[in-house]
Amino acid sequence: MTTIYILWLRQLKRYVRSRTRIVASLGQPLLYLLGLGFGFSPVFEKAGQGSYIQFLAPGVIAMTVLFSSIFSGIELIFDRQFGFLKEMLVAPVPRLLIMVGRTLGGATVSIIQGLMVTVVCVIAGFRPSLSSLPAALLFLALIAIVFTAMGTAIASVLSDFQGFQLVMNFLVMPIFFLSGALFPLKNLPKAMEILATLDPLSYGVDGLRSVLIGASHFGVATDFAVLSVLSVVFMAIGAKLFSRIQL
Amino acid sequence: MIKVQNLVKTYGQIEAVRDISFDVQQGEIFAFLGPNGAGKTTTIKMLTTLLRPTSGTVEIDGLDASKHQNEVRKRFGIVFQDPSLDDELTAWENMDIHGALYGVPRKLRHERTDMLLKLFELADRRDSFVKTFSGGMRRRLEIARGLLHTPKILFLDEPTLGLDPQTRNQLWTHVQKLNQEERVTVFLTTHYMEEADRVAQRIAVIDHGKIVAQGTSAELKQRTDTETLEQAFLALTGSSIREEGAEANRDLRNMARMWRKN
Repeated sequence: MTTIYILWLRQLKRYVRSRTRIVASLGQPLLYLLGLGFGFSPVFEKAGQGSYIQFLAPGVIAMTVLFSSIFSGIELIFDRQFGFLKEMLVAPVPRLLIMVGRTLGGATVSIIQGLMVTVVCVIAGFRPSLSSLPAALLFLALIAIVFTAMGTAIASVLSDFQGFQLVMNFLVMPIFFLSGALFPLKNLPKAMEILATLDPLSYGVDGLRSVLIGASHFGVATDFAVLSVLSVVFMAIGAKLFSRIQL
Repeated sequence: MIKVQNLVKTYGQIEAVRDISFDVQQGEIFAFLGPNGAGKTTTIKMLTTLLRPTSGTVEIDGLDASKHQNEVRKRFGIVFQDPSLDDELTAWENMDIHGALYGVPRKLRHERTDMLLKLFELADRRDSFVKTFSGGMRRRLEIARGLLHTPKILFLDEPTLGLDPQTRNQLWTHVQKLNQEERVTVFLTTHYMEEADRVAQRIAVIDHGKIVAQGTSAELKQRTDTETLEQAFLALTGSSIREEGAEANRDLRNMARMWRKN
């Protein structure tokens, strides 16, 4: 327990101290919210889909958590480069616990980021139902755990940042764009629909949307079940790959 | 305490460690000397479970290091050759994480942290971030951290690199004290021959991945018919300068720094 706690605390301390990261991480969601949100709003409304800001906000929140989580996981490469990974790997505690502590720390950071963006969204005109916040928090946590674990798994097999761009362009961006964060999943071309169904983030976005604005594609129970299973699966993969690291 | 048999590590075509065997007795200070790129660090990585050997066995305190990794890790402490601190944390926090990971009870952990930071003259900087530390201060912190828990075996991989004579003296005095009072077995590498001569009871010299000589300092001098350990070392390993593997990490490290400027 001490192991998990101390490494969780480490992630949090590092986050709170990097003010640039906090501010920078608000930039992109804000851009999507303002650029896309207000830009597409008239078209979306004419198509009879209601307010685009209402629709987009959960997507932007999910995106924030996705990017922040993947980054928290990938941060493991920094630990490798700066050497702290060695310190963790020779410690006489099961590597599983180290991985869990780091991942929960990273996930916590992502949840905080997600909440900050939620506030920004509200300022921009997003009106979620307040009673839904605990359920929304649960979905934020699930998304955060799935993708931090995914990031950790990836970082465990990458030895440097050469591969980072590859991961961003061929994994993280597709996960975001195909997730239905920006558009409804209804009436999509078949291929696109299949891809969206395979995308873990789809269930996160959908879950958030269903609790925050009461609109769901898969159904909130499905969202919850899929994300829960995936968080266990990715934690297991991440832990396995992490414990195999050699230096 | 440490029993190494026919240890081999190859990276593709490159043979970093070629069939070495040696024993280190309990309570002994054992120096592992060799030129750059001779295989010292690779060997230490295998002894400390960070790297799986290609073949051969490592036994630590009677336990197979590749089978009982966690049990083995409980038995040693290590000061690495290259940095392993968290720059974004303070000196005290780095110590505290280490203590927590090694299961040192909180109260004892705090006492020992204070004592060690004082010993290595970092007490007044305990709450400064490590990123503001000079090279020498970082080394001192790494050493203090390595001594926080009292392990059965202490690995010191070129611990005195870049340290001033005062700190070096402080370190070796402390290490000898640990060795005498708590019977800690010490396995060290260094490029300073006079240090090895001063503290080590037995010495092994490794070159091109092979152990070329083993024995006490006196035996090595006698064998090579030389006056000092330095001369004996040169006689054993030749005087040509070794090519060390380029540090590919350096560029990336700079790049990584760029990413997180603040």
